[in-house]
Amino acid sequence: METLVAIVIGALGAASIYCLLRRSVAKFIVGIALMSQAVNLLIFMSAGMTRGEAPLIEGDATTLASGYADPLPQALILTAIVIGFGLLAFTLALSQRAIQSVGSDDLEDFDNTDK
Amino acid sequence: MLLWSILLILAGSVFAGPIFRSAGSRTGWLLAAVPAALFLLFLLETGSVMVGDYPVVGIDWIRSLNVGLDMRLDGLSLLFALMITGVGAFILVYAEGYMGKHPMKGRFFSFLMLFMASMLGLTLSDNIILLFVFWELTSISSYLLIGFNHEDKSARWKALQALLVTGAGGMALLAGLLLLGAAGGTYSLSGLVSQGTALAETELGRIALPLILLGAFTKSAQFPFHFWLPNAMAGPTPVSAYLHSATMVKAGVYLLFRLHPVYGASDLWIQALVLCGSITLLYGAVLGLFQRDIKRILAFTTMAVLGLLVMLIGLGGELALKSAILFMLGHALYKSTLFMTAGNVDHETGTRDARLLGGLRRAMPLTALAAGLAAFSKAGFPPLLGFISKEYVYKASSALEASAPLLTVVALCGNAMLLALALKVGLHPYWSRVPERAEGRPWSRFLPRSPHEAPVSMILGPLFLATLGLVLGLFPGFWSAAIVEPSLAAAYGAPVEVKVALWHGFNLPLLLSILTVALGLGIYMVRQRTWRKQSISEKIARRDPERLYDFSFAQFVDKSKFVTRLLQNGSLRFYLWVILAAAGLLIGYKLLYLGGVEASWDPANVGFFEVVLCLSMLAAAAFTAFAPSLLHALAGLGWIGFSIALIFAYHGAPDLAITQIIVETLTVALLLFAARSLPKFRNYTPRGKRTADIVLSGIAGVLIAALALKANALQLFPTISSQLADWSYVAAKGKNVVNVILVDFRALDTFGEIIVLGIAAIGASLCLSSGMGKSGRQYGVSPILCTGAALLLPIFVVLSLAVLYRGHNEPGGGFIGGLLAAVGYLLYSLAHGPEAAERKLLVSPAMMIGVGLLVALLSGLFGVATGAPFMTGGWLPTFSLPLLGAVHLGTPLIFDVGVYLVVWGFSLQTAFALQAHANPETAR
Repeated sequence: METLVAIVIGALGAASIYCLLRRSVAKFIVGIALMSQAVNLLIFMSAGMTRGEAPLIEGDATTLASGYADPLPQALILTAIVIGFGLLAFTLALSQRAIQSVGSDDLEDFDNTDK
Repeated sequence: MLLWSILLILAGSVFAGPIFRSAGSRTGWLLAAVPAALFLLFLLETGSVMVGDYPVVGIDWIRSLNVGLDMRLDGLSLLFALMITGVGAFILVYAEGYMGKHPMKGRFFSFLMLFMASMLGLTLSDNIILLFVFWELTSISSYLLIGFNHEDKSARWKALQALLVTGAGGMALLAGLLLLGAAGGTYSLSGLVSQGTALAETELGRIALPLILLGAFTKSAQFPFHFWLPNAMAGPTPVSAYLHSATMVKAGVYLLFRLHPVYGASDLWIQALVLCGSITLLYGAVLGLFQRDIKRILAFTTMAVLGLLVMLIGLGGELALKSAILFMLGHALYKSTLFMTAGNVDHETGTRDARLLGGLRRAMPLTALAAGLAAFSKAGFPPLLGFISKEYVYKASSALEASAPLLTVVALCGNAMLLALALKVGLHPYWSRVPERAEGRPWSRFLPRSPHEAPVSMILGPLFLATLGLVLGLFPGFWSAAIVEPSLAAAYGAPVEVKVALWHGFNLPLLLSILTVALGLGIYMVRQRTWRKQSISEKIARRDPERLYDFSFAQFVDKSKFVTRLLQNGSLRFYLWVILAAAGLLIGYKLLYLGGVEASWDPANVGFFEVVLCLSMLAAAAFTAFAPSLLHALAGLGWIGFSIALIFAYHGAPDLAITQIIVETLTVALLLFAARSLPKFRNYTPRGKRTADIVLSGIAGVLIAALALKANALQLFPTISSQLADWSYVAAKGKNVVNVILVDFRALDTFGEIIVLGIAAIGASLCLSSGMGKSGRQYGVSPILCTGAALLLPIFVVLSLAVLYRGHNEPGGGFIGGLLAAVGYLLYSLAHGPEAAERKLLVSPAMMIGVGLLVALLSGLFGVATGAPFMTGGWLPTFSLPLLGAVHLGTPLIFDVGVYLVVWGFSLQTAFALQAHANPETAR
């Protein structure tokens, strides 16, 4: 399963980078969305994937029994998903403003402050 | 007292502006009271310093780095402290008159006091790091003062030059001091010095020496780093008199004095100091002979004197060091006087051109008197201090065993030229005839201003300091034991008895003195006739090391521009290419280096469903990348997102799966809003470049996949997950470990993340605050959607609250709850428009973010209130409620409420903004 997911991560990464390299702003945003998906999956997989139970302590037990999925990467990814969403929302707002100011959606035209 | 003295002057620097605004023309006098009082206090310390009872201060500053506010007042520090505060007080008074009605006078005083504090700190520091900090502070305040007339481009340029040269030296010094500290095992200056020559013989000590010398030589304007000093004359005259003759340029000399007990016997030390010192002496004096500007002449003589001091320290030995200390003290007195009198001349006549000046003794008798006294001291005439110090220089140089004749000749030539220049600057403008060219024309039309005596403030300092040179020369016996002996002991490394006398009988030094006078007068006479010739000076200037500075500066700017144009060309695509190619090469190399990647394939381990899911994701990735429109891409993105949620769900991560699904929903909604205003996909890149991009992203994809496998296979550190799981219920009273990690174990991280969300929401709504005109959209058209959304809204809110509450023990929590509530409102907003949705919300989303952050912060502060670290959880005793059963209440739950509010508010803030932006004219 790990090999399969690794291939998926690679494909998502490749698709994301291809989109990021486009000059159209809208495609660039799609690239950002893809990248955060790929990275979340990468973190999830790098900690080892267990087809086990959720890391919830059962009934009257006080500690987690063995065979449960690792809770730590899950906590990291949970915030990463929400932050990724925040990043995407901000990029959307920023790009709309930028397109309006620059008067173009070609990223090659976004070079006024750099020169 | 040591620390307070610096703080007091710093306070003067801080309040100089306000004091100037209320005290006006009394500012300089008021501020001068600070260094004057400190001077007296330091004078009172001489008693204890003489007997070796050094006042010390030791305050912890950065303990982990061994940097303390350690100060120590030994003889050498005391001598410098007296010079800094004594001359400083008169300089402040002088500046009062000199700056006149300058609008930025308050600022000038502030910079001057800042410098005074840094210089005092430099000489009092007993910690080498602290010393370096003050060292750099003097460079910076010097920069501010040289470039004080910042409207003048050349002043700015010269200030920058001084800063760069001394700053570069400062960097070398820092390296040297750190090495020295490592060699000696301590950062305490006195501790290092007490280790003596043994320290110089360690390997680190040897490496440190050239670096330290670089620092000292740049600061004290030694050849070939001398050129910044004459240029520093661009600063107002009080600055030249104070920083660039009496104090700052002597910081390098101070350091050399300090380290003499360590390095005094090292070959490199002796050779470098003697060679650079003597070159600087002769070069400075010769260049001085070819100057017309009396201030520049003084700058070159300062350089020459610094050279002489360095040379003497290099010679080492009791006699040479004693002469260096005497010479330095004499120089501080007469040179600051000469600068100030030159400033008076400039101020009252409007020119500093030596050719135009003459006969000023009638108009400026007091200035002439002070200048004359100082010039005689500088020229080395008895019975002034300059005479004594020169006698000792000759004693030291002629007493050498080897190379005595050569160094004596160097000292003789240098002194003779200094004498000629002293006459030129201190006597000629006042006592010579009125210059020829002025005859037949009225004096007033010849000079920019008609000369008259300077105000009291500008006379007081020169007269006093010049007289002091006379008094100290007349009665050397009564002060030398108190001042020279302790400082010599510090520089020499052992107590030395000092008897300074004015008259030593007829001996070789006296003969040399007489020879100096004869030679100096001769040079003066010859030069007097040829003073107008400039060609030689220009020839020298063309070969000066300053050209090398100019060249490297120009090259540096040029190459920087080239690199900037190359790498920062404004194309995002190019930046990404550079980053990706570099990262790809590094990752690829590292993967090969680590022995490649192993992929295992066990069909039994992979279910049919999983294969189909992953294959569909591959197809979706390709579809998204090559999607013809944003809507197509959205479909692909959605497929990928929900598939990932399935993967999470399969692998024991229900929290992630739920979050992913809700975020996917919200993302699609946001992108749909944006799709209305975002332009359509357009293909800007030509086919060739697109192929190259496909190749690059393909390679990157392979590397990412390999990296994922490698990361999966490697376990470098033991995981802390099992400990977190063990503590989860016992210590944090939560059964959902993921949620406990978020709101308790790593609550500070989460707090940072919700702050980021808040900032992103503010940023997004600011970006969209000015709406673009687009056709309005009708809301409330579909009755089914409207009714459904209105019915579902309260259900979503109640559901989100339930999810929030149960999150600590079962899947759920603040993040998921907040997102769920947002979905309910977004649905309502789709049906009725964002304005109506916001009305339903009762408070604005921005307010929710603020309140949420506040709640999270307060829940963290609870721990602080009980004395525990920030974000430590606290719990109430468990109690039972009907319906809910056993209830645990604690601050992590309150924190989760904060998260809930921020996530909810953030989602709505951005969603409403994007929606309203897409449809500015919301209709009912």
